Amino acid sequence: MGSIFNAQQIVNGLQVGSIYALIALGYTMVYGIVRLINFAHGDFFMIGAYAAYGSFFIFNSMLAGKHGSIAFLVLIVSMLAGGLIAMLANQLAYKPLRYKPKLSSLITAIGVSMFLEYFFSALPMIGPSYRSFPDIIPKVQISLGSATISNYVVIDIVVAAVLMIGLTFLVRKTALGKAMRAVSQDKDAARLMGIDIEKVIGFTFLIGGSFAGAAGLLAGMTYPRIFPYMGIQPGLKAFIAAVLGGIGNIPGAVLGAYIMGLAETFASAYNSLLGEGIAFAILIIVLLVRPRGLLGEKVADKI
Amino acid sequence: MTKVKLPKFLIASVVFYAIIEALFRLEVLNGYILHIINQSLIFVILAASLNLINGITGQFSLGHMGFAGVGAYVSGTLTTIILKLNPTVTSNMGIFVLCLLAGGVAAAFIGFLIGFPSLRLKGDYLAIVTLGFGEIIRTVFNNIDYVGGPRGLLGIPKFSNFTLIFIAAFLLIVIMRNIIQSSHGRAMLSIRENELAADLVGINTTQYKVMAFTIGAFFAGIAGGLLAHLIQLAHPTQFGFIKSVEVLIMIYAGGVGSMTGSIIAAFGLTFLSEGLRIGIRALADATNLPIGGEWRMVIYSLLLIFIMLFRTEGLMGTKESRIIKIEEAD
Repeated sequence: MGSIFNAQQIVNGLQVGSIYALIALGYTMVYGIVRLINFAHGDFFMIGAYAAYGSFFIFNSMLAGKHGSIAFLVLIVSMLAGGLIAMLANQLAYKPLRYKPKLSSLITAIGVSMFLEYFFSALPMIGPSYRSFPDIIPKVQISLGSATISNYVVIDIVVAAVLMIGLTFLVRKTALGKAMRAVSQDKDAARLMGIDIEKVIGFTFLIGGSFAGAAGLLAGMTYPRIFPYMGIQPGLKAFIAAVLGGIGNIPGAVLGAYIMGLAETFASAYNSLLGEGIAFAILIIVLLVRPRGLLGEKVADKI
Repeated sequence: MTKVKLPKFLIASVVFYAIIEALFRLEVLNGYILHIINQSLIFVILAASLNLINGITGQFSLGHMGFAGVGAYVSGTLTTIILKLNPTVTSNMGIFVLCLLAGGVAAAFIGFLIGFPSLRLKGDYLAIVTLGFGEIIRTVFNNIDYVGGPRGLLGIPKFSNFTLIFIAAFLLIVIMRNIIQSSHGRAMLSIRENELAADLVGINTTQYKVMAFTIGAFFAGIAGGLLAHLIQLAHPTQFGFIKSVEVLIMIYAGGVGSMTGSIIAAFGLTFLSEGLRIGIRALADATNLPIGGEWRMVIYSLLLIFIMLFRTEGLMGTKESRIIKIEEAD
């Protein structure tokens, strides 16, 4: 048993957790503001990965060899792609249903998710098959005591951390962040205070989608193959991480994602079937024992 | 004095059955079309039973095909074992019906278990839990070597035929109708309309939610068994999330809470789906462009989005055809 809890596994768990955290943040922010489980969020992650894939070849031919700047530009493109598609989905599919019963938005989200997956696999230039993702930055192995890690692990963890610090700053210190917090607390009161709710919701989708896009790039680099359905599993797991942390709660999503990443890494080291099922086991236990999640607030039914 | 009325639904069903059977005997319908009709009838069972959970009781299940999978695997395994022990059994429909019922009961048991989290969860959380259960069921089948693992359960005898599937669909609709128009059905409807109010007027909401899940899962299990014995295969991918969404599209297209809508949508969408499959292939052959079968699902998903955006209540809304309704006694 001791062998599965070694340093190598902890590093792997943190790496997976970082990717989940970036996706989970989008879920939790969108849920916090519009109370919608955005099923299509995992597909923004997929779009980020494809945008990174496509833009890498363009930038690589323009700036051959300058790995740092190529990687930075690819990151920007993948974030923009994820963010803009998320905003578009919000504008076209979710906004018209904002004041209809909640389930109709949920079903629409399932529709959007399926549409993105099948549309991408139906497009001749993308197609349903796997593509191997190029090494955007040369891979280097670093040995740290008993664990050997690649520089990709460091990149994944650092990029996620920087983005999360940026988000914390945005939410806590800027006017937009204040507006986001206000809308998530009480939409009607926020509107009465002169906040343009639709604009805030649009921004939330933009930020959430761009984080998912960044996660798509990181996942593409780390597990170097991409395909149109790649967003389904990470999307579900990140969602479960958000529920575990308390959906709607930003630090909770990050905490939940790291717990999830570690739990999954340890479980798959122990038994592969357990690794596949542990996410859903966590979900069911959380919902039965503490439905509001680790850091979530208790919400009473209003009569 | 009450007038004796002929049960319209029985007459309509017998006429439908007679026409299809006659057309098939006269070779107007070929085996392919009859196969699609059989599939449509199985989808009628799936859609109508999901409608009891989602439409009538107002819960939200995303794992309906998981229940069908339990039914398919349980009944399929049973008939395969029986066939191995006694190869002459293929003519014995009684054994098949018993195996189907066993599959249905197994699925109902799982539905009963899943009903429990629904006591505490609402709306989107319930959707995720049922999705999770569906995925767990699929993962389990994928990993049990005895039932073929990722290869699927092969060599299931072909027991299902038009008559049997038709009788199952007929019984399902009659039972569903009777449930909906009984006091139990009214209690379920009241949960959909306002759960808190239903609770306050003394309806045991917990019991009715579990009941809806159990009955819905039972019929899904029967449908799964019929499907497995029709195509002679049970495969984990048949019972995944996407398939559950296809059934979901049927009930939302037809109208949430309307059995008539479910029936129309199950037939309409199964034929549409086959039509698209043929049409896309023909288009790809004719134009020599790389048009893949994925476009079928692109059209399907757009259909779902447009239904939600422009006709949220579906084709029939909550209205029921007069053929299906039990007429009120004067």
